[in-house]
Amino acid sequence: MALLSVDELSVTFAGQGGGRGAGSGARRDTKAVDGVSFEVEEGQVVGLVGESGCGKSVTALALMGLLPRKGVSVGGRAEFDGADLLSMGEKKIRDLRGSQLAMIFQDPLSSLNPVVPIGIQVTEILTRHRGLKGEPARKEAASLLDRVGIPDPDRRLKEYPHQLSGGMRQRALIAMAVACAPRLLIADEPTTALDVTIQAQILELLKELVDQQGTALLMITHDLGVVAGLCDQVNVLYAGRAVETAGRRELFAHPTHPYAHGLLGSIPRLDAPRGDPLRPIRGSINDKIAWADGCAFAPRCDFYTMECLTGTPELTEPRARGHQVRCVNPVLPAETSAGTAEVSS
Amino acid sequence: MADRPEEDKTGEPLLRVEGLVKHFPVKKGLLQRQVGAVKAVDGLSFDVHPGETLGIVGESGCGKSTMGRLITRLDEPTDGRIEFQGHDITHMSAGKIRPLRRDVQMIFQDPYSSLNPRHTIGTIVGAPFKLQKVEPEGGVKKEVQRLLGLVGLSPEHYNRYPHEFSGGQRQRIGIARALALSPKLVVADEPVSALDVSIQAQVVNLLDDLQDELGLTYVIIAHDLSVIRHVSDRIAVMYLGKIVELSDRKSLYERPMHPYTKALLSAVPVPDPKRRGVKSERILLKGDVPSPISPPSGCRFHTRCWKATEVCRTVEPPLIQLEPGHEAACHHPENAPDQIPDDTKVLASAREAIALVGDAVAAGADAGKASAGEPAVGEPAVSEPAVVKPAVGEPAEAPEETSEAPKGLTKE
Repeated sequence: MALLSVDELSVTFAGQGGGRGAGSGARRDTKAVDGVSFEVEEGQVVGLVGESGCGKSVTALALMGLLPRKGVSVGGRAEFDGADLLSMGEKKIRDLRGSQLAMIFQDPLSSLNPVVPIGIQVTEILTRHRGLKGEPARKEAASLLDRVGIPDPDRRLKEYPHQLSGGMRQRALIAMAVACAPRLLIADEPTTALDVTIQAQILELLKELVDQQGTALLMITHDLGVVAGLCDQVNVLYAGRAVETAGRRELFAHPTHPYAHGLLGSIPRLDAPRGDPLRPIRGSINDKIAWADGCAFAPRCDFYTMECLTGTPELTEPRARGHQVRCVNPVLPAETSAGTAEVSS
Repeated sequence: MADRPEEDKTGEPLLRVEGLVKHFPVKKGLLQRQVGAVKAVDGLSFDVHPGETLGIVGESGCGKSTMGRLITRLDEPTDGRIEFQGHDITHMSAGKIRPLRRDVQMIFQDPYSSLNPRHTIGTIVGAPFKLQKVEPEGGVKKEVQRLLGLVGLSPEHYNRYPHEFSGGQRQRIGIARALALSPKLVVADEPVSALDVSIQAQVVNLLDDLQDELGLTYVIIAHDLSVIRHVSDRIAVMYLGKIVELSDRKSLYERPMHPYTKALLSAVPVPDPKRRGVKSERILLKGDVPSPISPPSGCRFHTRCWKATEVCRTVEPPLIQLEPGHEAACHHPENAPDQIPDDTKVLASAREAIALVGDAVAAGADAGKASAGEPAVGEPAVSEPAVVKPAVGEPAEAPEETSEAPKGLTKE
C-alpha cells in the first residue's frame, strides 16, 4: 500500500463578502484545488509540477494541515499510513508533523524566525519529538547541520538567520525537516529562491538524504529541469487538477496532455539546438473554465473540440500503462509532428 | 534573433563601455564615516553593436543589474567611461541626458512594481511622449493603441488599470512603454524571470519579433542560462563585479573557457531525464559567492575554483582574447592553452572546491591538471595545507602575465 494516497483532494477558499469589484456582489469562492489524486510510495520521489495558481502549494499545505480552518473547506481523503490526514484532530497531526511528515518551504528567510538563533530553532524540534534537551540536543543539532553540509556547525548554531547566506539557510531548514527522519518530506519549491550553483548543491543534498534515509519526497516545483533530475513519478497539475501522471522518462519522452506538451515546448533548453523558436502556450492561466463544465485548459488548447466542453474529462491511459492523461484529444504519436507544425505556425 | 550580418559587428559600436566601476559606500557610526565599499561593478569593458543582443548572465550579487542601471544612467558610475553613439555620457547631467533617454530604454524585472497602480495603461504607455514633449503622428492615444497592438494587447485596454492584467500582460505593457519613443537600445533586466514558463516563452518570442521588426539592439540581463542562450548573439558572464568570459553564443556554450562558466553551465538542470544519465560529469561548486565588500585577491573565483594555483591567488587575470570572438579572464582556462603553464601546484582549497556528480571522471581535459580533477568528494585534504601554507607569505613564484596565448588555437 502506498505511504500517502491522496484521493480527490479539494480545497475551496470562501470569497470575502460582496466586494465592490467584480460587480457580482455575491461571495465568490475560489477552488484552488479541484480533485487532485496521487500516490507516494515508500522511498519514492514524486513531483507535483505546474505554474502559479495550479494549486500545488495549497495541496501541500492541506496535507500538512497548515491551512487556516476559517473560510477554507477541504474535501476528499489523504491517507498517510492508513490514517486520514484531513480529518485528523489538531493534536494528532501535530504529533505527526515534524516527526513523520516534514516540510521544506520556498523562502528560507521568511520560514525562519529572524530573532531566534538557528540553534534554538533546530533543537526545538528535537525537544518536541525526540525529548532531547540541553547538551545532547545541542550536539544532535550540530551533527544535523554538519550532515546537511554547513561548515563549522557549532558557531552557526549561535548565529541568527540573517547571518547565513540563502543556501545555508535552506540547508538549515532541511536539517530541521530531516531531524526526526520523517517518512515523508514535502519540499515546496525548495530551490526557487536560490542561484543555479546553489540550487545544484541543494538538489544533490536532497537526493542524498532520500537515498540514505529511505524518505519519500513530494517535490513541488515549476521547474521541469528539477523534475527531470529528481523525480520518479510526475504529476502535472493545471487549474487544481492533475492532467497527466507518468513516470519521469515516459513523461519527458511522450508528453501526451496538450498542456504538458506545450509546457515542454515553451522552455528554452541548453541541450537543444538553438534557433528553433519557442512554442508558447497562448493566453494565460486566467483563461480557464471550471472543471465541472469541461476541460479547464480548453481555452488555451490548440487541439480542443466541442467534446472538451462536455464535463470533466476522465483519466485515461491512451499511450502506456500507468501513464494517465486527462484529455479527450491527447497528443498521440501520429499527431505529435502535425501538432507541432500547427502550433508553431 | 537571427544571426546578424557580419558588417554590423565590425562597424561602430552603439554602446562602448570602458573600465566601468560602481562602488556603493558602506557607512558606519555616528558620523557615518565610510568604512568600505560594495564593489558592485568593478571594471567592465565591452561593446554593444547595432542590431545585436548582448546577454549578461551571472548569479545574484554579481553586479549585472547595477551594470544595467549604469549604462542607462539611472545610477552614476564611480569611474570608467560610457559612450553612446560616440558621445561620452558617463557624467552627463540629468537635463543634458534627457534627449538620450529617447534612444535608451529599459524593461524592468517585476511587472507588478514597475507600473503605477493608479495610472491607466494609456497614461503609463503615453508618459514617454509627455515627458519628451513628442507629439506622435495622429496623436498620443492613437500611437499608444498602436503600441498596445504591437505587443499583443488590444487597443481597448487603453483605459484599464494595471491590476486588471496578469503578469505576462503587465510585462507586455512595460515593453510597450519602453518602445514608445522607438529607442535604439533596450536594456532588459530579467524581463521574464517573474513569469510562468508558458508566459515566459510568449514574452521571449515577443522580444524576438520586435527586434526583427524594429531593428532593436538589446542588452538582456538574466540569471537563466537557457533563456540567455535562446535570446543572445553574444554573452558576457559576470562574477563578483567582473566579466570573466565574453564570447559569441555558440562558442560559449560549446566550449566554455572560464571554469566558472563551465560550473554554471553544468549546474543547470536539463529537462530531459535521458540526457542526464549520459552526461559524463556534473561539476558541483561548493560554498557560496564571497562578499563583494572584500572580494578575494587575484582572480575573484579562485576561492571556489578547482584549478586555482598560486598565481590565481595573487595576480588578477586580464580579460584577453583567447580565440577569435572569445575572451576569458583566466590563468588556466578550459578548452584553451594554459596561460601560466609553469604554475601547476594546485591550491589546497581547490582540491575541495567541487564535487563531481555522475561518473567521477577528471574535471579538466587538460593533462597535468590531473590532481585538480580528482574527485574530492570523500577525500579530505588533511595533509595538503602543508604544501600551500609556506607559499602564503611569499611572493608568487609565477611570472607576470608575459606568456601570451598562442593565437590560432587547436580545438580540444
